[in-house]
Amino acid sequence: MTGRWRWPLRIAALTYLGLLVVIPVGSVFYRAFEHGFGSAWTAISSPDAVHALWLTFLVVLIAVPLDTVFGVGVALILSRHRFPGAWLLDAFVDLPLAVSPVVVGIALVLVYGNSGWWGNWLAAHGIHVIFSLPGIVMASATVALPYVVREVLPVLQEIGTDQEQAATTLGASPFTTFRRITLPSIRRSLAYGVTLTTARVIGEFGAVAVVSGLVAGKTQTLTLFIQDGVENLNLVAAYAGAVVLALVALAVLAVVGADRRVPTTERRKPRWRSPSDPSPSDSEMPLLSTT
Amino acid sequence: MPDGSLTALLGPSGGGKSTLLRVVAGLEVPDSGTIEFDGQDVTGIPVRDRGIGFCFQHYAPFRHLTVRKNVAFGLEVRKRPKAEIRAKVDELLGLVKIDHLADRYPSQLSGGQRQRMALARALAIEPQLLLLDEPFGALDAQVRQELRVWLRELHEKISVTTVLVTHDQEEAMEVADHLAIINEGRLEQIGHPAEMYDHPANEFVMKFLGPATQLDGSWVRPHDLVVHRDPAEGDFAGTVERVTHLGFEVRVDVTMAEGGPAWVQLSRGAATELDLGPGDPVWISRAASTGQNVVDPAGAPDAATVAQGLAPPATPVSSAEPSTDDLAPSTAR
Repeated sequence: MTGRWRWPLRIAALTYLGLLVVIPVGSVFYRAFEHGFGSAWTAISSPDAVHALWLTFLVVLIAVPLDTVFGVGVALILSRHRFPGAWLLDAFVDLPLAVSPVVVGIALVLVYGNSGWWGNWLAAHGIHVIFSLPGIVMASATVALPYVVREVLPVLQEIGTDQEQAATTLGASPFTTFRRITLPSIRRSLAYGVTLTTARVIGEFGAVAVVSGLVAGKTQTLTLFIQDGVENLNLVAAYAGAVVLALVALAVLAVVGADRRVPTTERRKPRWRSPSDPSPSDSEMPLLSTT
Repeated sequence: MPDGSLTALLGPSGGGKSTLLRVVAGLEVPDSGTIEFDGQDVTGIPVRDRGIGFCFQHYAPFRHLTVRKNVAFGLEVRKRPKAEIRAKVDELLGLVKIDHLADRYPSQLSGGQRQRMALARALAIEPQLLLLDEPFGALDAQVRQELRVWLRELHEKISVTTVLVTHDQEEAMEVADHLAIINEGRLEQIGHPAEMYDHPANEFVMKFLGPATQLDGSWVRPHDLVVHRDPAEGDFAGTVERVTHLGFEVRVDVTMAEGGPAWVQLSRGAATELDLGPGDPVWISRAASTGQNVVDPAGAPDAATVAQGLAPPATPVSSAEPSTDDLAPSTAR
C-alpha cells in the first residue's frame, strides 16, 4: 500500500474494529466493575454462577473431544477414500453452520424430547436427553461440528497420501502411520480447529437455550446465566458473567495467536534458513568424489 | 528378475509402468495374476510385511522429521535397539553422502539430496527388493546425469535387486543392466539393454529405444545407414530433402525413390566428405557391421518371442559397403 492511503486505511480499519468490538466489549467490562470489584465478585461467585461456569466447562470437556475425534475421522474419510455419497457427507458437515442454532435445538427436541421419536423410549430407560446434560452436550457438539473438519480436511488433501504410503512400505501399521505421520502433519490445523470448536461451544447460546430448559443451578450454562441476568435485571451478574466469558475467549485466542506465530512447515512451505546456510543446491554436492 | 540386478521398466508415460511397480510393492491390488518373490506368492501379503524399499516419485519425505529421523523411521517402527538404529542410520547417511545434513528438515534439502535421503530411508529396512518410481524425474538435467552415475555405483556397492521406472530410454540404458519395455500395459520385451537395442523384438521397441527410420520397408537405425554419391549393388536410390547440422551429428532427410521418406544420421566428418545439399541424388545402404539391427514391421512377434527377449529372424542383408570412416578426406565447402 502506498503512502497516501496508508493512514486513512489504518484509521478506517481501527475505527471499524473499535465500534464493533473494542467499545462494546470494553463497556461490558466497565459496567461489570462499575459498582466496585466486590459486587462483581459476589455476583459471579453465587452458587448459580459457579454452577453455570462448571456446566460450561463440563460441556466443553465432553463436546470438544467428540467433535475432534469425529472431525478428524470425517476429514480422513473424505480425503482418503472415494465412495458414493461422499459429497453428501461433505455437505452435511456444513449444515450446522448453515442453519440457525435455534433450529438445531428444536430438531434435537423433536427427536429426543419426551414426545419425540426416541424420547419416550429413552425416558422409559431412565435416559433424559432434553433438559439435561446429554442434550446440552449434543446441541453444543452439533453446532461446533464443522470446525475441525474444515480446518483439517484441506491440509490432508494438500499433503496427499505419499507420506502415509511411504510409512506403510517401511513397515508401519495403520495406527502407527496415523500417529507418527498423519497426526504430526495436521497438528497445527487440528489445534486451530479444536480452538475454534472450544470457542464455539463456550459461546453457544441458541441451540443450548432450546434444549436446556433454563433451570438455574441445573441446566444453565454461562451464556444462559448471562441471558438470565439480563432478563431478570440482575445486570451486575450478567456483566460479570460476560467478563468471564470474554476473558476465556481472549485466552483461547491467545493460544491460537501464539500457535500462529510459530513458523510451520504446514502453513508456510519454504522453511526459514539462516544467513550462514546457503540455499541447498545439487551442484555443490561432491557426489562422485570418493567413489 | 535375477538377484542383485538393476532392472529398468521403460516405456512411454501412462503405459502402466508405475502401476506395475506399485502392484509389486503391494500399494495397489492386481485385478488378476500373482506377484512372486523367489518363487513365493506374496500377492496377499500386505505392503508393510513385504520387505520392500520403495522410493516415491516425489520422494515422499516425512516433512516434520529431520533427515536422520526420516531414515530411522523403518527401524524405529520395527522397535530395534536405539544404538543399532543410530549406527545403521549413520552408515546409510554416509553411504548416500548426506551425513552432514542429518539434522536438517526435508524442506531444507535440494531435490537431489531429498532423493538420496529417500533412498537411504528405503534401504534402512534392508529390503529384499528396492523399487524406484521415476527416481530422477523431478530433477534438472545436470543433477540427473550425476545421480545416474551415482546410483549405478551405489547399486554395485550394495547389490540389492532393484527395479526402477523411467520413461527416458537413455537413462534406462545408462543405469540398468536389464530392461523391460512396457507399452499400454503390455510387456513388449525384456533383456539386456545393448542386446535389445540391436535385436528389438518389434517395431515399438525398435522405435522406443533409439532413433529409427524405414528403408526398403523395414525399420533400421539411421546411424547404421551409409550414404553414397554413386550407386552400388543393393543400394536404394533417393533424393536429399534437407541436411541439418546438430553438433557432432548431421541429419540427412531423404525421399526414397521407392518407399517414401527416410533419414540418415552421419558423423560430421562423413557429412563433410559427401558435401550433400537439397536435391542431390544419393544411394543408401545398410552398414555391414550391424546387419541384424532390422525389424520387419509386418512380422509381429509372437508372445513366446517377446517373453524370452528374442528378436524375430532378421532380414538378410547383402550389401557390404565400406563404412563412412573409410572414406578419403576432402576439402570442406
